[in-house]
Amino acid sequence: MADTKPRLKVPSEAKKGEIVVLKTLVQHVMETGLRKDKSGAVIPRQIINRFTCEFNGKPVFSCNLEPAIAANPYFEFTAKVEESGTFKFTWVDDDGTVTTAQAPITVT
Amino acid sequence: MQTITRRRALGLGAGAFVVLAVGEAAVATPAESDAEIAKFTGGKAPEPGKIAIDLPEIAENGNTVPLSITVDHPMTADNYVSDILVVADGNPRPGVALFHLTPLSGKATAATRIRLQATENIIVVAKTSGGKFFTDRKQVKVTIGGCGG
Repeated sequence: MADTKPRLKVPSEAKKGEIVVLKTLVQHVMETGLRKDKSGAVIPRQIINRFTCEFNGKPVFSCNLEPAIAANPYFEFTAKVEESGTFKFTWVDDDGTVTTAQAPITVT
Repeated sequence: MQTITRRRALGLGAGAFVVLAVGEAAVATPAESDAEIAKFTGGKAPEPGKIAIDLPEIAENGNTVPLSITVDHPMTADNYVSDILVVADGNPRPGVALFHLTPLSGKATAATRIRLQATENIIVVAKTSGGKFFTDRKQVKVTIGGCGG
């Protein structure tokens, strides 16, 4: 899907050892594969099936998504930061499209 | 040869209709969600408790229901919550999400928005790095289902 526009809410600064809250949202229809169009044909499934968050290359949080996740999948989770670095977020579509986004954080 | 009476023909028709109706609905049964949980725990019975599930009591729109989970468990390098499974026992398919956490998560918490077909139970199972399982469940009343038909 080309129209996936990730939105991130990541603090730009934190204290060493602080647990920060991260919020992400990506635009996606999350077609379940259960709906039918007007002619009765099943609309094929197309969802984001995997989301990951890494900090400086190390895994922080990930999720395997099922069609029961609402459209425009939203996630809120936490990360404990010990050093300055970059959060990298990745969304993987059923069709293989990978969307990524990054956010830096300064830890003092 | 046996003749098919009117009554018998009607009965057959009704039977066929019931089979069709069941086939159409295709809702996951509690047994299916139990199977999904058993697959996750490897057959172990999870202990109740330790999990706080934040869900509305009544969801007017099943298309997007906010769900927030917090597990009361430390997140240290050698003792942390590694996976959280979310299952809905009245959706067309029981699986909702499987979260993977790490000690870098800092806190065993996750929130997202889910789709619910009807009034049903949300079952959460958490797995710790030490191989322990905890579970809790919460019922949500759904006014308008969100899975399409």
